[in-house]
This record gives sequence, structure tokens and C-alpha cells, in this order.
Amino acid sequence: MFLNSCNGGIMAEKIDLSRVEEVLKRRGKEEGALIPVLQEVQALFRYLPEEALEMIGRRLNVPLSRIYGVVTFYSQFYLTPRGKHVIKSCQGTACHVRGGQGALEALSRELKLKQGETTEDLNFTLETVACLGTCFLAPVIMVDNDYYGKLTPKRAVDALKKYRTDAITKRGLKDETAVVD
Amino acid sequence: MKRLSSIEELQHFQRAILESRDPGRLGVRICMTGCRAFGAVEVRDAFKASVAENGLTDKVDIVETGCHGFCARAPVAAIDPYGFFYQQISPKDVPLIVKESIMEGKPVEKILYKDPKSAQPVALEKDVPFYREQMKIVLRNCGRIDPTNMEDYVARDGYRAIAKVLSSMTPDEVIEEVIRSGLRGRGGAGFSTGTKWRFARNSAGDMKYVICNADEGDPGAFMDRAVLEGDPHTVIEGMLVAAYAIGAKEGYIYVRAEYPIAVTHVKKAVADARAMGLLGERILGCDFSFDIRIKEGAGAFVCGEETALIASIEGRRGMPRTRPPFPAVSGLWGKPTNINNVETFANVAPIIHRGAGWYAGLGTEKSKGTKIFALAGKINNTGLVEVPMGITLERIIFDIGGGIPGGKKFKAAQTGGPSGGCIPASLVSLPIDYDSLTAAGAIMGSGGLVIMDENTCMVDLAKYFLNFTRDESCGKCVPCRIGTKRMLETLTRITEGKGEMEDLETMKELGSMVKDASLCGLGQTAPNPVLTTLNYFYDEYRAHIEEKRCPAGVCKALIHYLVDPEKCKGCGVCRKACPQGAVSGKTKEAHVIDAALCIKCGICYNECKFDAIQVA
Repeated sequence: MFLNSCNGGIMAEKIDLSRVEEVLKRRGKEEGALIPVLQEVQALFRYLPEEALEMIGRRLNVPLSRIYGVVTFYSQFYLTPRGKHVIKSCQGTACHVRGGQGALEALSRELKLKQGETTEDLNFTLETVACLGTCFLAPVIMVDNDYYGKLTPKRAVDALKKYRTDAITKRGLKDETAVVD
Repeated sequence: MKRLSSIEELQHFQRAILESRDPGRLGVRICMTGCRAFGAVEVRDAFKASVAENGLTDKVDIVETGCHGFCARAPVAAIDPYGFFYQQISPKDVPLIVKESIMEGKPVEKILYKDPKSAQPVALEKDVPFYREQMKIVLRNCGRIDPTNMEDYVARDGYRAIAKVLSSMTPDEVIEEVIRSGLRGRGGAGFSTGTKWRFARNSAGDMKYVICNADEGDPGAFMDRAVLEGDPHTVIEGMLVAAYAIGAKEGYIYVRAEYPIAVTHVKKAVADARAMGLLGERILGCDFSFDIRIKEGAGAFVCGEETALIASIEGRRGMPRTRPPFPAVSGLWGKPTNINNVETFANVAPIIHRGAGWYAGLGTEKSKGTKIFALAGKINNTGLVEVPMGITLERIIFDIGGGIPGGKKFKAAQTGGPSGGCIPASLVSLPIDYDSLTAAGAIMGSGGLVIMDENTCMVDLAKYFLNFTRDESCGKCVPCRIGTKRMLETLTRITEGKGEMEDLETMKELGSMVKDASLCGLGQTAPNPVLTTLNYFYDEYRAHIEEKRCPAGVCKALIHYLVDPEKCKGCGVCRKACPQGAVSGKTKEAHVIDAALCIKCGICYNECKFDAIQVA
């Protein structure tokens, strides 16, 4: 048992292992299957539930200890549930010299989260990413698949508006820097 | 599409495409990759709607291209056949473009690029200074073709290099040609590509692999993303030539999962190439079979190192191992493996197609061809530029990059990401090639070029990079794991005003030890940002230590914010924005900041429209 079964008092959803089964059937046979399987399973649940990992270990014949090693090595894998909306604050060089730290700090204060943490209502996860490769937008954050660029600390907080559970829908929420594909 | 079963069929296919296309046809080439973040989707939709409204749907192609390079002016589009270049386009501008440019062949002045020097609008793409000074070989198709349409690539001589190789060259001749071209690895280290291929060719074994390293992780570099998004077939073709040369049957593209558009485009390109018989068994009917699989990275910078990348493809923790044996002898699954970077592979088709002699005539004596740089940071023309090797930093920054915004002074350029170094303004006439950069203490690296002005603190920057390498160190070898941590601790102390002069000597000593003793390139280059800034910006370190002062006004422990009562209009914006309630003052009267409450978040500084907030 290496996982924290109590996720900050939030009840984890029941895990549907048949979906894991489906991924294993499709990708389990290829060479070096472990990482692609973990990626697909994580895409299903937004994190890697313990039951799923146990099943993957049994089926791929990989000890759970090695899976844990792999999962904790790569920054994309998560052992605890993540928020519905994931904020990725870019820590790239261009963002750094253009004041990206201020935007991250403002988000951190606003959501009362340290990096890597999730709000209690499971709405937001605040993460940092080494570089989004969109240096022309610096400083930039990504909320889910939307980019918000040329941020100031205030604009970073404003960018969250439309993702909030208490979002006010009457007012124009489209920020001028917001770009939604 | 019909599977091509011979070289003649490929030639017929290209001819048929060219014959079916009218070179004078009207077209809109719009960047749908990087520019998406600035509303390219809305602009494209506006073009589609406006073209339809004018009954021109059959007459005008709307081509969704990859990056045009001029990211600072996004969203951008070009109008063919005239070559008009429009920038910062809003959907509202589109009906006018359709009416005047597409229907009447005239430029629309208000969205043309204005040359800041002459203040004159520039109508044509080729005349824009940002493009004029460039030489596009790797990026020849980026921004010109629809990367998801293989016919676009074939029309522009795509897959002719592999056809030439299969029909008229032996593997050894291919390797000889690449060696003669002088092509060196674009991933950073600059090793001769042809020589690397020869090692893999000379290794015994019936199973060999070719891997494309597309795990572009250097913060500040995005050229591999642009090539994969904008011209994925050129990477596949380069891999095909490499596979033929070394005798490989299988290949992998290891691509960063943080690049969703690149992943999609590469997957489509591989599937299309396979469907056309350019990947798989008996390619173009010849006795040569090769196929490519795609592996998405899982977020570890160190996987850019080749042995770590191999471990990751094998499904393990991406940790490097000692070399030798080199991957050319024992790589993926213990088989001979050749790994090159995206940009390296993208150079191969033009070299084969146009000849090694042509390529070797570009660049400098020891650095041939071109290099793509990702210009970012405190520079006007952020974006991607491809320039001949040996061009000076000055020309990149001022002629192409348009100089520093806000009339600020150029202070330094950082090349090569966390493995590179800082080049000071005094070396602005340095020619940019592998060897000059190494001599200056920096490296070419993958080509990130982050520009800094007088408001960038070099100690803070060194700390930033060490924080990055400390985080990304895999932890396998002691010098890297502990050395980066100790250096970071020292730098942190200095930025907090708690440093001592002897710390600088200690860092130099520790830095050279980490360089010499680390297992892989990550550790071997991690001290570079510290050592180069210590070398070129020693006074700045001294100011932090002896005077407890951050000259650039960045290091929080050493600065405070205050209001200039002369400039303050009492508008109250800072008072309302301050998260700590540290600003007080009556409306229309000068405000004050309570230093005891202030957390130095900089919000007031950013929000003030009158420059009344000062950093001291």
C-alpha cells in the first residue's frame, strides 16, 4: 500500500476496471508497454488509481515497486485525483525574465494552493511546467487546453473566472488575453 | 490515395499534383499552430465565411499551415499568389482583406507590418526585415504547406531525397555525402551526423533502430515543435534516409506529450506515409523496409539524453547510463541504435536532394548550414528564425529581432537553455557557431536564444536555471544530484542578501567539479549558467553580497516598492489591486505603500499606468 487512501477527505470515485482492461487489451502486448498504458489509463481517470496500477502490474508482469518507480519519475503521472481544471503555469526562461513568477504567486494566493495541489472541491489543480514552448506568449499559463498569455499577476487571476464553479455567467467573461480554441 | 510501388510512381504522383495546381491560384496561408493562442481559429473561420459570402469558395484555398515564425505578430497570414503579409489580424479585418487583397490584388495597409525604422508599411512577406535576413532550409515548408496534407509536401519535392537514395546511392555513399556536408547534430552537442551514422552502420546486428529525439525540453526552445507541427514529413524522410544508411528496420519518434498539435500532426503524417507505401515493407518497390512508431514522453527533461530516452522507450525510469557502450553499439533493446534530433533529420532531405557541396558552402568552416533559433524574452520580434551559421548575435537581435522593447538596453543573451551560458552585450559581434559559443562558455544547445535587458538580474537567472536542473536531475550520480542542490542553495543565499564573497570561489570550484564528474550531459553542463554569469557579471554578484543590493531590481529580499508622489495621480488602482491591503491613500492624492505589509508581489507595479510605483 503505497498510496494515500485518504485524499484530503474526498471520497474517490469508484474505479471502473473494465476500462483499464480495454487499454491493456489494446496496448498491453507492445514492447515497452508500461508507459503508454499508464498514459492512457491516466487519461481515463485524470490520475492513476491504486486498483488500476495493481491490475496493470499483474497483467504486464511488472512488480508494483517498479511501476511506482516509473510513476514517480515522470512528472505527468499522478497518484492522487486531480482537479477538473488543470492550470499549468509555465516556468520557462522567457516567462521567468518576463515576470512569470508573479503570476504563479498570484494564482497560488488566490486559490490557496501550493504547486501540485488541488482545491478541496476538486475544481482546480495548480501545476508548474518546465516550458510550454510558447515563449512568444510569455508569461503564459495554460488552463486545460486554453492558453492565456502576456499575463500580469492580476490577469492570471482573471483568467480563472470562466472555470470557477461559482462563475458569474451574466457578465462578459471573455478576457482580452484569453484565447479559447 | 494509391500506394506508390515504384520510384517512377512517386515521380508521376508529384507531376500529377503539380499539373493539377495553378501557381497563380488565390490562397490564404494562415498559421494554425502557435497563432491559435492569439485567435487564429476565429480568423480562419472569418476567412471561410467571407470567402463563401463572396462566392469564392471554389477559387480560394484556405491553407492551414504551421508556424510562419513571426510569433510576436500573431495571428499572421499570407495571401497568395501576391505574397502579401498580414499580422495581428482580427476577424474584423478579414472582409476587407478578402475584398481588397483577394478580389482586387491590393494590400490592405492598416494590417501590414510597419518597419519601425522607416515607419513605412511593408506589403510583401519577403520584404519584411524579419524574413528578409533569414535563410530557410529546415523551415522551407513551414508556413507554406498544410502539414496534414501529404500532397503539399510531395509537390515541393518531398520524398525525392529518399527516392534518389534508393535508386542511385549505396548506404556508404549516403553516409559519405552526409559527412561531406558537414552536418552536425542540432540537439546540442554538435557531433558529426554522418560519423554517428557510420558507427551504427558498422555495428554488427540484423536489427537496428533509428530514433528521432523530439523531446524538446529546453525552456525557451520551440523549433522542434514548429518543425513537427509545420512539416512532419521532412522529419520522416530524414529518418528514412538514416534508416537506409545504417540498415535499420524500425524507428521511433519520441515526442513530448506537452505538444499536442505536434503529436497529432506526426501521427497523421506517419499514417499517411504508410498508406502511400513510403513506410512499411518494400518502400517504393525497393528492397528496403522501415516503419516508425510514436512514443509520447511522460515529462522528464533528462529523457533528452539519449541513453535516458532509450530507457524511457523501454518503459523504465528515464535515467542515463554510462557510455560506452554507445547506443550505436548497444541501444534500444540492446541493439545498435542511431538517435538524432528533429532539426538534424529535417536537414537531411535538402542535403541529399541538393548535394553535400551546396550545403557545405553555407555557414562557417566548422559549422555548416543554418540553425534555427527561438528568439524570446526581452526582444521585439519574438519568434523562430533560421539563419546561416556564423551570423553575429548583433544581426539576430537587432536586424531580425528588432531590438529590445521599451528602449531598454540589451544586457545579455542566453543560449542553449539550462546547459548554456550567458553572452554579455560586450560580445554582441560574436559569430554564432558551435565553436565560438563554446569558446565563450556557452553552447549552441538546441537553439533557444533568450534575450535579457537591464531589468534582468543575472544572479536570479543563474538561480532560475539551477533550480531547473536541480529539479530535473534524475538523481543517479552524486555530482549532479548534490552539486546542483548545493549551488542552488548558495545562489539562493546570495539573492537573499546572505551571501559571502567566498561563496563565489566555492561555486566556481563546485561548478567545475560537477562539470567534470557528472554522468551525463545534464550534469556536465548544469554549471554553465552559473560559471558564465560569474565570469561576465561578477560585479552583479558582488553588489548582492557586499552592498546587499540587486542592481536589476529583481531579488525580492533586496528590493522594496514605493510610490513616487510626483507621478502618483491617486487613481486608487494599486490600492484596490493590492492583495495585502498594503497601499493606502485618498483618491486624487499620492498613495503610500506600507513596507511592513508589502509582500513584494509586484501587482501594483504592473497595474500602475503612470509609472508611479518604483523599485528601490
